[in-house]
This record gives sequence, C-alpha cells and structure tokens, in this order.
Amino acid sequence: MNNTIALTMSRMRLVMRNRAFLFFSLIMPMAYLIIAVEVFVRGNAAMVSYVLASVLALTVMGTLWGMSLQLVMFREQGILRRFRLAPVGAGAMLLSSILANYMLTIPTVLIQFIFARWVFHLKDWGNLWGVFVILTLGIAAFGALGLIIASVTNSMQETQLINNAVWFALLFLSGATAPLPIMPGWVQNIALFLPGTYVVMGLERVMISKASVWTLGPHVIALVACGLIAFFLSKQIFRWDPDDKISRKAKLWAVSCLIPFLLVGGYEWKFGNLKHEATVDLQSLERSAMQDHAPQQ
Amino acid sequence: MNTAIIEVHNLTKRYGNVEALRGVTFEVAEGEVFGLLGPNGAGKTSTIEILEGLRQPTGGIVSVCGMQPLLGGNAYKQLIGGVLQSTSLPEKIRVIEALDLFASFYQKHRSPDDLLKRFGLTEKRTALYSQLSGGQKQRLALAMALVNEPRVLFLDEPTAGLDPQVRREIYTIIEELKREKKTILLTTHYIEEAERLCDRVAIVDAGKLIAQGTPRELKSASAGTTRIELRTAQPSDVSALKSLEGVAECRAFDGFYVVHSHAVPKTIVALVKHLEATNNELAGLEIANPSLEDVFIELTGRRLRD
Repeated sequence: MNNTIALTMSRMRLVMRNRAFLFFSLIMPMAYLIIAVEVFVRGNAAMVSYVLASVLALTVMGTLWGMSLQLVMFREQGILRRFRLAPVGAGAMLLSSILANYMLTIPTVLIQFIFARWVFHLKDWGNLWGVFVILTLGIAAFGALGLIIASVTNSMQETQLINNAVWFALLFLSGATAPLPIMPGWVQNIALFLPGTYVVMGLERVMISKASVWTLGPHVIALVACGLIAFFLSKQIFRWDPDDKISRKAKLWAVSCLIPFLLVGGYEWKFGNLKHEATVDLQSLERSAMQDHAPQQ
Repeated sequence: MNTAIIEVHNLTKRYGNVEALRGVTFEVAEGEVFGLLGPNGAGKTSTIEILEGLRQPTGGIVSVCGMQPLLGGNAYKQLIGGVLQSTSLPEKIRVIEALDLFASFYQKHRSPDDLLKRFGLTEKRTALYSQLSGGQKQRLALAMALVNEPRVLFLDEPTAGLDPQVRREIYTIIEELKREKKTILLTTHYIEEAERLCDRVAIVDAGKLIAQGTPRELKSASAGTTRIELRTAQPSDVSALKSLEGVAECRAFDGFYVVHSHAVPKTIVALVKHLEATNNELAGLEIANPSLEDVFIELTGRRLRD
C-alpha cells in the first residue's frame, strides 16, 4: 500500500505540472459549460442542473483519455521498465493512476459546481451524496477503461485512434451532449449499452430528481462491475516493456469489461424504465421553464 | 574465487526464430566486477535482463543471491540494483523526487541527499529530469540503482552514447564501487571500459560465451603476438620484414608498418640488422601489448565495432 501511496503522490505532482491537464480538465469543461448554458438554458435556471450534469459526465468520461495516454507514453518511453526493476507491482502502478486521477478530478468537479452556482445561479445542488457516489464510481470505471485501452494498444497513435472512436460514441450517443429523450428510438436503444449513459443518466437522476443512490441500482452495479473487471484485466495483461506485444486472446479478454453494460443494457431494454425516467426529468425541466415564463405572458 | 553470487548455467534465449543466447555459462563471485564484452547483438543485454528478472529465459539455470530472478518477486528486487541500457523517467519529475520515490519502494534505503552529494547532483536537486544533461541523467540512474544498497548491481552499457569526458566520470564512480567491493555485472562494447573496470571479463559473440578470465589472462592466452609499429626513413619491403625472426604477420600502412611478433627482442635485433643491410634507418618504433580487441579479433575474425 505504501508503494501505491508514493506513486499516487508522484503521479499527482507530474499531472499538475502538465499544462495539457489544466486545459483538458479545467478550461475545456468550463468552456463547454458556458457554451452549453448559452445554448440550452435560455433563461430557464432549472436547466442549469441538466447542463451541469452533462458537463460533469463529460469530465468523468474524459478521464479515459489521460489514463490511457499516460500509461502508453510511460511504456513507449521505457519509464515502466525502470519501475519494473524496483519492487513495485502492476497493481500499485495501475491503482495509483486511478487514485491520482480521482484526486485531481474531484477538485475540478467542485470548481464546476461552484462556477455553475455563482455564475449561472444553479437553483438546486441536487442529491449531493448521490452526485459524489456516481462521480466516484464513474471516475473509477472510466479510469479503469482507460487502463484497458492502454493495455491492448501498442503505441500512442493506436491509443488515440481507439480513444477517438470510443469518445465519439460516448459523446454523441450517451446523452452527454444532446438530451437522450430527443434522440431517435434506435439511438436511445444503443445508448442503453454504453457506459457513459449510466454516468449521464445517474447524474441527471441525482441532480434533477434528487433520486437516492439506492434507486440507481443498475447504474451503480454496472459501473462497479465494469471498474472492477477492467482493473483486474488490465492488471493481468499489464505490459512493462514496449517490446512485449499483446496476444489476440488477451485483447478479447479486455473486451469482457463491457459485459456488465451489455447485461444492464439488455435488462433496461427489456424491463427497465431508464428512457422513461430521462424523459420525465427533461419534461419536468420544461414544465419548470413554462412556469417561470407564465406570469410574464 | 569467493562463493559465486551469480550463477548462470547453459542459458538460452530465443526470440521467435532468433537464438539470442546459445548456452551461456559463467559465475560471478561476491565483490567482483564482471564484464560481458561483445558487439551489439551479441546477447549481452538479453543475459543481463534475464538476471534482472526482466526477461524469461528459454532454457538454462540462473541464480542470483541464491534466488531465481523471475520467481524471486519483490524479495529479489530488494537485493538488486540496475541501470538499464536506456533509463527513462518522466520528464517533469524532479531529481530529488525520483530518488525519494524509488527509496520509498525499498525496506532498506540510503538517504537520497547523500546519494545526490556522492554523485555530484546536489545542485540539480530540484531540477526537472528533462533539464538534465546525458551525463547527469546517467549519474542519476546510477544513484537510483544504489538507493537500496543492493548486493548485486547490474549495469547495462553504462557509458554507451556518452561523450569521453562523461564516460571517464562514470568510470571513476564505478571504480569507487569496485573499491567498496560491490558485486557488479556490467555489459560493454568498449575495450577500455572492460580492461579498466573489470576483475574478470567474458567475451560474448553471437549468443555464445567464447572466452572468459581476467583481462591479463585473456590477453596472455591469445596467440601471444605483440604488435610492433615501426616507421622507416625509406620504404621497406614487406616480404622482407615478414621473413624476420619471430614475425608472424606484417602489414604496410600509410607511412608505417605493423609487425606481429612471437619473440619481440629477436625480431627487433633482426630488424635493426635488416635496416643496416638495406641502408635504411629506423624513424620510429612502438611496441604495444595485445588488447582485448586483439583477443576478440583473434577469436572471431572481426573487430568489436564491425
């Protein structure tokens, strides 16, 4: 555990010295928050919660970029080989990445919250405990997914390629950039099988409807299971050396971390009411907007 | 020889169809500096990386400090230190942070500040890794390798790519470690490095260990020819020089001749007589002992850098 703590502290120092981190973790989400508020809120203060939930979800999902690229870069540059000579295990290396990422993402999330409250007059904090739980599980799960991507790719170029493909799917199909209820039925069905959807919907539920974490069973179970499977698998197929190539079998194993979302997606598709809840949340915000505007008419 | 702390028996390593190691066997005693000398691709790095526990051997028996490197896990890593052929650290890590971090991994460790002082890096204490010169990076790599006071130190081409001045600085550091009776296994393709630093040397070529012993033993076990480099006032006849007593080989170069002799005094007497008889004069003469390079050429028919 001492190794994990020492590595976590070291990782945090390294990341904070990286200007790209400041840009991608703080400036870009804030810029998106400002633009999204301008586009979607339009005087309806209740919509700020909705937009903030999306921005927070993007921040969570974005962790997969940093996690995967840093690990691949460390492997490509031979940095991991030097650590391998020391009494440090793959578990400590990976866990420290996730912990450092978590410790640095939480403050940026807090800043986004405070900014939304003070600048855009966020009406309601929502269920803060629920927000904390979903953020924690989301950061851990997406961090672990980043590690899995790093485990199956051999170069920065390959990692960026896969990250882009995953990122665009998450960006446009999980409800993070456009509300899920306004999308065609088939897109909504695809969304049920994406990890990002459970972060976006989970945050919307706890922030808009103040839903209890206990009512978000499928979301929580899928995120926990995905995080654990991805972490375990990335530890098993961890490569210290750039010359070590991954087998096809290991690549197939890596895909299995998405099984929880396939199961939860299948359940939601057949029996769940996630799509219905998303529609209810959006309609409640629209009603709120109409009530706000009613006396003026 | 003291008790062997490193034992390698019939070590083989195969990468696909390439046989990198073909039955390498040697032992290193505690407190000894042992060098693996050979050209690039000879199998030196494969050997040292197997001993460090970074690679799995295809066959053979390997033991360091009584443990099998791959099976020893963290307990084994507590006992060894190493400088890889190319050590790399995150660019934004500070020198002291790197040492502190690696010190924290070991049960027993030296003070990072003492190491900085010893390796002349105190002034660079808070410098970022990216701000260090090649020599400073290599000194930091050595400091990191010693942070746990290892029983065995592995140095893979510790001076490769460094300029001559920095190389000499590294030699001085390794010589200090040698005086402290640290067990060191180093790989190199520099003759000077092997001759200057190693108690014993193994010559490796194409995955095989072709000779081993002290540098003196290796040189004396070679064909025993001594190189005589001479210059004459007027051109001499190479075939005549070849026929002088004790001469094994003679080659003419631009303005000088290189004669290999089995019996130097007799050859020199015969040379002086030959020059007198041909009304020629000796303009310069240099006698050199055979180097490890000569031994390598004799054993493989190639130069180390070929």
